[in-house]
Amino acid sequence: MTDHAALVTDEVDQSRRKFLTRATVATGALGAVFAAVPFIESWEPSERARAQGAPVMLDLSKLEPGQMATPVWRRQPIYVVRRTPDMVARVAGHDGDLKDPNSEHSNQPPYAKNPLRSRSAEYLVLIGICTHLGCLPKQRFEKGEIYPSWPGGFFCPCHGSRFDLAGRVFEGSPASINLNIPAYSYPNPTTLVIGNDEKGAA
Amino acid sequence: MAVPSAAAASPAKKGLWAWLNKRLPISEFISEQLTGYYAPKNFNIWYFFGSLALGVLVLQLVTGIFLTMFYKPGELTSFDSVEFIMREVNYGWLIRYLHSTGASAFFIVVYLHMYRALLYGSYKAPRELLWLFGMAVYLALMAEAFMGYVLPWGNMSYWGAQVIVNLFGTIPALGPPLVEWIRGDYGIADATVNRFFALHVAAIPLALLLLVALHLVALHETGSNNPDGIEIKDKLGADGKPLDGIPFHPYYTVKDVVGVGVFFVLFALVVFFVPTLGGLFLESANFEPANPLSTPEHIAPVWYFTPYYAILRAVPDQRIGALLMLLSVMAFLFLPWLDRSPVKSMRYRGWMSRTALALFTVSFVALGYLGLQPAEGLYVALARVFAVIYFLFFILMPIYTWLDPVKPVPERVSFHAH
Repeated sequence: MTDHAALVTDEVDQSRRKFLTRATVATGALGAVFAAVPFIESWEPSERARAQGAPVMLDLSKLEPGQMATPVWRRQPIYVVRRTPDMVARVAGHDGDLKDPNSEHSNQPPYAKNPLRSRSAEYLVLIGICTHLGCLPKQRFEKGEIYPSWPGGFFCPCHGSRFDLAGRVFEGSPASINLNIPAYSYPNPTTLVIGNDEKGAA
Repeated sequence: MAVPSAAAASPAKKGLWAWLNKRLPISEFISEQLTGYYAPKNFNIWYFFGSLALGVLVLQLVTGIFLTMFYKPGELTSFDSVEFIMREVNYGWLIRYLHSTGASAFFIVVYLHMYRALLYGSYKAPRELLWLFGMAVYLALMAEAFMGYVLPWGNMSYWGAQVIVNLFGTIPALGPPLVEWIRGDYGIADATVNRFFALHVAAIPLALLLLVALHLVALHETGSNNPDGIEIKDKLGADGKPLDGIPFHPYYTVKDVVGVGVFFVLFALVVFFVPTLGGLFLESANFEPANPLSTPEHIAPVWYFTPYYAILRAVPDQRIGALLMLLSVMAFLFLPWLDRSPVKSMRYRGWMSRTALALFTVSFVALGYLGLQPAEGLYVALARVFAVIYFLFFILMPIYTWLDPVKPVPERVSFHAH
């Protein structure tokens, strides 16, 4: 009965108590971290939101040259511009005025990392959300529409960011990268699929 | 009933009051925190705003609870249920306008309350923690106001949420997944408005109440500062009470009730005659439903965020802009340690501190105005100038408060009996 004898003394084994306290706190803290996981995960997009974010299709045969269509994918307006040869020509010649002319720091699939930022010269596909703070840039496709040397492109009304006809951002804009480009592909020449390419659904 | 002394629980007392006090320290609380809590006798008009903030908090809780009875959060229901409140619920328009005007009123009294602290050095030792709890209340209030603004699901709600949530996207690497996590969807959506509702009506109000309680406990531990910046506890009378202090109750409770009366007269004028205050309290773009495919012509937050918003827009680089905006809010947290002046109150400070505060005041108000204007030309240039002055106020504070030629502080508070 040595255990009982130890209980009646007033001596406290401080090092044992300290160890037990620390072990309990550490275990509790670890448990709290694990218990927080389901609550944090509950804020991720739900299965329904994910399903509604599936790829969308666009029939290109109805788009006239120089026109823009705005399908919605994942709640984001997608700007699909059918560029005329003149509009394509106006993408060149102002690389010096751009923040990221070669799209080194911007977000796009590898097949859109070229001067025209597209799979084909004719169709420009962009996420129509300003890379500054998420407003919708407006179309200002005409030459000289904003100021005399304006080559045509997009203008964000919120904070004044300007982008050219390949979605590349001009110097002096608050946005620091070019407009984002989603994954996209052409299953046939007149159909555009947004959110899906050779690598599968985004 | 006479208010019993601290030793109220003496066996001589009988009846319900004694029975209660043996089980709950009511009279002890009253005598320690109200009738026996001494506040400086030289309070001026600046000392109304703390109690007014408490009054507005109660108003917001009561009107908010009633609004939740009719409001239905959701992408398809939010806007319609707010219109239902405005047009069909009996007195719904009044309850909503009380709540929306209350939000702006909250910031007015809180800004004046904070400005009082700048004037009289109320954040200085020994009140640093009191100041930090106050700042925590302010930050919680900003979150509360932002989420509340999203709930009506008007187009400005939607785009305001878009801009503010995307600010988190500027954090390197962590940003984009964090934004998706906050929204719970690929855009501001049903999931977003529902979680903002939960935070707005439950989580943040609970945190606010706790922080306000801590703010008051810290206040009652150190005691109030005053326009002279003198510690009244240093000069005690023969009875051990501060010579320059008077009991909070009845003297300041009565004074504060008068303040609340005047305040609610002005408040009612806004609620009944100009509830939107020309787009300052409720913006016109918010009277049309949220539309993800149409940005309002120019996006501006409600007036109480515009000084910081102007700083955000003044910076050409978005990441640095977001960082400076965050810093401009957080800078207030460091005031107790940036201020090295030997005196608290502006009354006894020299021209340097006074000039700095004057320039800061002008900058804050000017940035508030510029944040409401479109981000172009002269507006951006001016915002840059005022943003620099804004930050210099904080950065140079250790230097100018140290060099400042201060005046001698009197022994006792300056007070003229009426």
